[in-house]
Amino acid sequence: MRGYRYIDKVTTLRVDRQRCVGCGNCTVVCPHRLFSLSAGQLALSDPDLCMECGACARNCPVEAITVSPGVGCAVAILTAWVNRLLGRKVLSGCC
Amino acid sequence: MLDFIATPVGPVPRVATTASARDRWGTIGARIGLIRRNYKVVPGLYAVGSPDVLSPVLVTANYKLSFDALRHRLSGIAAWLLVVDTRGINVWCAAGKGVFSTEEVLQSVRDTRLGELVSHRDLILPQLAATGVSALAVKKGCGFRVFFGPVRAADLPAFLRQGKQGDEAMRTVTFTLAERAVLIPVELFLLAKPLLAILFLGFLVSGIGPSVFSPAAALHRGLVLLAATAGGIVGGAVLTPLLLPWLPGRQFWCKGLLAGLPVALLAWLLSAPRLGAAEQLALLLWTETVSSYLAMNFTGSTPFTSPSGVEYEMRRGLPMQIAAVCLTLALWLAAPFL
Repeated sequence: MRGYRYIDKVTTLRVDRQRCVGCGNCTVVCPHRLFSLSAGQLALSDPDLCMECGACARNCPVEAITVSPGVGCAVAILTAWVNRLLGRKVLSGCC
Repeated sequence: MLDFIATPVGPVPRVATTASARDRWGTIGARIGLIRRNYKVVPGLYAVGSPDVLSPVLVTANYKLSFDALRHRLSGIAAWLLVVDTRGINVWCAAGKGVFSTEEVLQSVRDTRLGELVSHRDLILPQLAATGVSALAVKKGCGFRVFFGPVRAADLPAFLRQGKQGDEAMRTVTFTLAERAVLIPVELFLLAKPLLAILFLGFLVSGIGPSVFSPAAALHRGLVLLAATAGGIVGGAVLTPLLLPWLPGRQFWCKGLLAGLPVALLAWLLSAPRLGAAEQLALLLWTETVSSYLAMNFTGSTPFTSPSGVEYEMRRGLPMQIAAVCLTLALWLAAPFL
């Protein structure tokens, strides 16, 4: 993913190192390779590269990782805004 | 489909690992957008090669492009394919929407009686399914252990050879020029309907003038507006995807402004001699706005934009775009009276 950076300092990704048990699941699933383990300790590099897909949190056995997952899609967000404005409850997206 | 294999859980269809002419036409149709939303495979078990009780089980979505991407990379490999009902949506989008989920995987394993078909208890899922599937919960729910395979099906043979181990390259998403270019037809196809509506309104608005409504002006000015709209589409839906990594800035609506600039200037140079100052300004604004908006929409097609980031930039870009549309409309309506 070299050559691509999105907006800094907005990610909802949070890591609680106290809880981490060093299973390494997050190091496997992250599509942007943000996690690594060194001596059983979780290390997070460059959290601004996180796209909030939620794979890490979904596969963490001890809830040491939290993120508000979603699809980074303007059309989906706009649809949600319009639906909220009109008081509609529709859960259908675009893709 | 080639034939059926008799198994303890009933006949299982065996599928080819090469693309037929029909597959190729289907891929084109889906990529253009004609059949994108209804290009499905019946969920369930399939086979490639001559698999036995020890053969690996590869899990995928029931979008035909996902299914084809998988099976066409498996020539010379014997495996079972477990197609999960993801409502015809691809792996990553389905996982993000929660339809490629732990529950769906458990349901598929139960429905197909997979435990009676193979002697091992391993499932290989695409890595990008991890957004929706918890490996732990699958293990707890049906006893099968989930191995997350590579991001791209092309790396599966190597992944299997390495004993279900993936390297960093296999596990990293990419967004190469080819991967971006292939998205352009669908971006354009999805614009067909809104474009027709905009053009209808555009011709209507273009005809308004001192003589209330002039069909000649509607046609003449409407065509100019059409050209400006087409320019904006080229900027936002063609140039932005192609030039994405080289367009400076982070926010897509700004990238769209940059990508639209050469097109807007070209359209301006070509049409300036025949138009007044207000109309020239309106056209520049309109091309840039269309390009900016479409570039912003392209966030949904990239593999690196976070929802927090998209919301952040929409709160800045959208008000600007709305203001620009209002200004364009005011200038365009006022021009015949100036």
